[in-house]
This record gives sequence, structure tokens and C-alpha cells, in this order.
Amino acid sequence: MNRLAVLAGTILVGLAGPAAAQTELTMWYHGAGNEVESKLINQIIDDFNASQDDWSVSIESFPQGAYNDSVVAAALAGNLPDILDVDGPVMPNWAWAGYLQPLPIDESLIAEYLPGTKGYWDGKLYSVGLWDAAVAMVTLKSTLEKYDIRTPTLDEPWTAEELGAALATLKDSGDFDYPLDLGMAWTGEWYPYAFSPLLQSFGGDIVDRDTYASAEGKLNGDEAIAFGEWWQSLFEDGMAPGTSQDPADRDNGFNEGKYAISWNGNWAAAGMLEVYGDDLLFLPAPDLGNGPKIGAASWQFGVSAASEHPEGAAAFIEFALQDKYLAAFSDGIGLIPATPGAAAMTENYKEGGPLAVFFELSKQQAVLRPVSPGYVVQAKVFEKAMADIANGADVADTLDAAVDEIDSDIEKNQGYGH
Amino acid sequence: MASRLTTSNRAGWTFALPGFSLIALFIILPFFFAFGLSLTNQRLVSPNPTQYVGLDNYRELLDLGVITLEPERDEAGALLRDDDGNLEYPRVREITRSDDYPQYSGMREWFRWHSGDIAKVVVASDVVFMKSVVNTLAFVVVVAPVQAAFALLLALLINQRLRGINLFRTIYFMPVVVSIVVVSLLWRFIYSGNDGLLNNLLGAMTFGAWQPIDWLGNTDTALGSIMAMSIWQAVGFHMVIWLAGLQTISPTLYEVAKIEGASKWQTFRYVTWPGLRNTAVLILIVITMQAFAVFAQIDVMTGGGPLDSTQTLVFQAVERGYGKQDISGGATISVILFLLVLSISLVQRYLTRERR
Repeated sequence: MNRLAVLAGTILVGLAGPAAAQTELTMWYHGAGNEVESKLINQIIDDFNASQDDWSVSIESFPQGAYNDSVVAAALAGNLPDILDVDGPVMPNWAWAGYLQPLPIDESLIAEYLPGTKGYWDGKLYSVGLWDAAVAMVTLKSTLEKYDIRTPTLDEPWTAEELGAALATLKDSGDFDYPLDLGMAWTGEWYPYAFSPLLQSFGGDIVDRDTYASAEGKLNGDEAIAFGEWWQSLFEDGMAPGTSQDPADRDNGFNEGKYAISWNGNWAAAGMLEVYGDDLLFLPAPDLGNGPKIGAASWQFGVSAASEHPEGAAAFIEFALQDKYLAAFSDGIGLIPATPGAAAMTENYKEGGPLAVFFELSKQQAVLRPVSPGYVVQAKVFEKAMADIANGADVADTLDAAVDEIDSDIEKNQGYGH
Repeated sequence: MASRLTTSNRAGWTFALPGFSLIALFIILPFFFAFGLSLTNQRLVSPNPTQYVGLDNYRELLDLGVITLEPERDEAGALLRDDDGNLEYPRVREITRSDDYPQYSGMREWFRWHSGDIAKVVVASDVVFMKSVVNTLAFVVVVAPVQAAFALLLALLINQRLRGINLFRTIYFMPVVVSIVVVSLLWRFIYSGNDGLLNNLLGAMTFGAWQPIDWLGNTDTALGSIMAMSIWQAVGFHMVIWLAGLQTISPTLYEVAKIEGASKWQTFRYVTWPGLRNTAVLILIVITMQAFAVFAQIDVMTGGGPLDSTQTLVFQAVERGYGKQDISGGATISVILFLLVLSISLVQRYLTRERR
């Protein structure tokens, strides 16, 4: 089947004439349906194909929701393309499963890259991203001034008490439906991405990162239980809308003034800037005891294990790692460019730009989600635990159950190769 | 054993062949696969070789235990009570997570009851699975009779020669044709806790006295809301089957009933209902099987929440198999579901058999 395809490809290329010297490389991308994104990635591919005579990349785009399933299905069927894009926290799972091969690029090229954009597994570089994403507490200068709340800074973020006091003040004012919007309507990866850093700020974690063999004591230790109690109190006290939040409110509630503070990603910032302009503030994550933390890693590029031309795939990825492309993606879809050089070239992230704070947030506070093939399962377990606790489940019992499930999964997978 | 089915019926078998082979390929074969996989530790994504694990998967799902808890006493031996005057018991996690009781490790409280001062706690190794079994059974027990009854009522209503009756038939049938995913999304808006259609409607009808309920976000109402919506969605389909049954009843029987002076109820009881016997058996079995397979509504509307109040078996099978990459776990649930549906269908067949 594969050989036939290669044969057919060779004949076709042969008929195509002078371009015959270029070897075909295929690439899959998760951004189908997003016009701006498609245009950007196609631009890189066209530039690359025109820049040299050895390789010719062709792209196939998938909707994000169906992308991971498509890759898994293709891997089972033995039909993976040469170049894959992969969500950062999922990368170890695919590397472990043998879908990806180590990325043969010159690592000096990415020395300056934000830590969240580099995907290492088992000591080897497997993937690299052109951008990162970050979350912040978004609010308004005027709101903080009106209620006489201190504006936190990167060096001096809010403590847990300050955050609690601020929320109580905002709630008592009666001006908002809820003082804080955590985005409970965004089920899926948002939960571990946005909320596990809060757990880490308390001193807990999803899994023990020294061994990756168990979550015991990390996800159900005293710190984690303290986090769970705090998390539950946010919903019990009416500080934040719970799991039944209307997705439309998540998208527009802050802009409509229903919420005072929104725990939100940089990708939503453009829309908020349009509404509030200079009044908008991006506050760093609170320090809940163990330092302020936010999640890191977004989509990245890697080479599939099935590729017969890893050097060609690597050449493409190296080509894509140019500041001008990083900047173009950032300007196009609002992502944080991976290098300071690229940041300086963008509208939003250059010094004094409206989103420049995110670049620093990403650099200083970002923590990777557990770098383990088991993360895919752990993320699901964590998401359910967060939802259940928010809905009033017993904190210790829920976290115990999550630990049991994670541990039994790790055991069933013989330790996931750690 | 020779019957018309097996002798000189080459054309018949040839016609049946495409259908049979598709069923064998896509339904029977996968079932045997599922049974085989449920005895292994097969993963969706893994470089590790698949191993035979015997009945471990079944044990992990079905293990139960009962723990007896004595109430806490102070040093003098008097019973301790909390602020509300309730007895205090040691936490179950002190037993399930203790090395002294390895038989309970990994288990969690499912429910408890009290006898005297002693609390009996039923612990299960997979509480979510247990809840999904209970929810699925509740769903079937409510949906099967209610949906069948509503469908019959609608069928009787539209089985009349009136002008424009086809319009009503179309309207009642419409939800069946619309994708269940779309229907579920729409009902999410209807059930919305803030200004959903249902809350607004009830508010208007009670002149504002109605307190809005978060239908899908409340453990008490979530499953019921999904039941109501599911009944509404598929009622048209069964209405059509009832209608087909109604139209097979000979009009002469009705004429006789009329001549004999039977009332409406008597006509229904002694003419219509006996004539619908076989249809009723069919509908009951079909609804039961469909209700056991409830998935899309759960996936779109609640994702099993809040607090597992809408977990169902098929949702759990998919969630484990694909979401958590545990194909063997998903396969095990499928096999258990199959056995459950099979035994209930057999019981239904037995209860509704023709008595001679």
C-alpha cells in the first residue's frame, strides 16, 4: 500500500517535469477552519518550497477537535505524515508510543526560545514551537481603583489572603454577577492547563515529578487538600460561576461587565482590548504559598517516526523557526512569540505593547504540565476531580480517588517508560 | 431440520448475503474482539506488548466490600457528636488507604446506611462505574414505559381522518430526523440556569414566583432533564411504529364494536390493545435497547456530571476507551452492557410470550 503510494507519487512527480528533483514531504496541522492561521502556515510552506530544491512540503489541515484522534488513528493504520504538529503536553505520549522521532535540528537555534516552546522527552528534543500561550487575571484599572485594591506586580503578586479580600470586596459591591470568572465552561484541556498551576502554587501537583510513578501525597497531600478546600470555597461562597457556566458568558461575560476578574488566556486578550482599550490590566497569577505559577506549552512541530526523510522534515522546521514567522503568527492570531527578537517585531508583544506582560509571565512563571506519556490520562482525571470538587464533592475523598486512578493507570502502563 | 429456509432457497440466501456479511463484519466480529480485549490490558496508544490479564478488568469494575464503622467515642467511652448532634464516624479513607486492610485498597465509598449506632459503608473499587449502572437502569426504567405510552397516545391522536393531519404527523416526527447532537445543544439552551427558555416559561406562567433552576447543573434534576429530553426526541419514531400497528387492525372490528355499543375506552381495551400486542412487544424491546445505549445527550449536555449524576455505561465505555486510552476497560464495560441488555431482553421475551 505504502510502496504503491510512493510509486504513484514518483510517477506523478516524474510527469511534473523540472520539479522532479524535490522530494515530497507531507505535513499535518491542527488549524483547519482558521483562515488567518492557514494563510500563515501556507506562507511558510510556499517560502520553504521556493527556497531550496531538495524538498517540497504539502500540508493537510484538520479541525483542532479531531486532530489528535486522526493522528492516533493514522498511527494505528501506519499512515502518519512526515511532519506533525503536536500539543506540548501530549508530545511525551506520542514520543513514548513511537509516533515521533527525536528532532534532528541544531539546538543552538532555539537557545533563546521560551522554555515552554521546547518539547523534551527522555532527555531528547522531540518538538519545538513557534509560540507559547499564557494566562493572567484580566481586570480593569478602573475597577481596582474604584474598590481600592492594590495592583499586583510580577515581583509582588497577590497573596492568597489579598486575593480572597479582593474577591470579597468585589462581591460585596454587588456590581458583578461574580467577582471571578475561572472559565469552568471551557471543559477539556483548559482545566489542567489553567488550574493545575494553582494547585502547584499551593505546593501540590498532579503527579510526583521526581519519579512519575505515583500521585500519592502530591495530589492528595495536605497541600493539595488545602488547595481543594480553597477551590471549593470559591464556588460555595459564590465567588466564581461553576461547571454549568454558559459558554457564551465565558466568552463575553467579562466584556459585558458580568465579571470583575477573568482568569483567561492571551488569545482572548485581543477581543478584550477592543472593548476596554487602555483600561485593561493583565495581572500575574496569585502566590498561593509556593510562588505564582501559570501553565506553559502550546502547539509545536515534530517529525513523525514513520518519516523516511527526517532530515527534510527537520530542514522545514528549522526554516520555520525564523523570527519573521514567529512574529507573523503572533500578529495574526495573538500568540506569544517564542523569542525576544520576534517579540520586538510584533504589534502586541514589543516593549510597551499592550500584551508585553504576557512575554514576561511566560518567561518567569510558566511551569510545564507533567512531562509524561501518562499526562493524557492524568489530565482527564484531574479535570473530573476539579469539576467534582467545584460541585461540592468531599475534597479528600475526591482527590484520593483521583490518585488511585492515576496510580493504577501508571501501573497498567508499566511506569510509562520513566 | 430441513425447512424452507435451507432447501432450494439459493436466491433468498444470495439476497441476504450482503446484509449478513456486513452485520458479521461490523457487529458480530467486533463483539468477539471486545470480549477478547476485555481479558487483556490492551491500550489505545502504547509501545508495551498486550498481555493477557484474565478477569482483572472485570474485578476492577465490579469489586465491592462492606465496611462496618463504629462511632467515635471519647476516652470515657461516651459517643462523640458533631455540632448538629450527629454521630461521628472515622473517615473511610483511613481504612481504604491503610496498609492494615489491603483488601480495601483502592476502594471508595459508594453509599452507606446506619443500623443503630453502627454505620455500614459499601465500598466499591469503581464507584463511577457503579453509579453509571444505576443511572443507566434508572434511565431505562423511566424512559421505556413513558416513551412507549406517549408514543401510543400520539399515534392514537394522529390516526384520524382529519384535514391537515399530515402536518401534525410531520411535526411530531421532526425531532427524530434532526441529529441528536443538534437537539442536545438546543436543549442545553432550553435548560440553561440563567435565562433558559424553560425557566423563563415557568417564570412567566407563575407571574415571577418561579425560582430559576439550573436544570443540568443540579444533581437532583440533571438526569431527569436528560430523560425528558430523550423521551421527547425519539417519541415520534415509536409513534410511527404504533401507527403502523394501528392501521393493521381491521376496521370491521371497530364497526362491530360500534354496533354493539362499546364505549371509547372499551373499544380501546378490547379491540385496539389486543390488536397491538406484537407491536407493543417490539416497541418495548427496541426502546429498552436504545435507552441502554444512551450516549450523545450525556456527552453534549453534561459530560457525566454534576457529581456523576448522569454517568451512563456507554458514556463510560467511550470515555475510558478513547479519553483515557484504556481500550480493555472500555471493552469490559461493553461486554457487561451486552450481558445486561441480553438478559433483560430475554426476560422481556419470556414475560411477553404468547400464552397458549
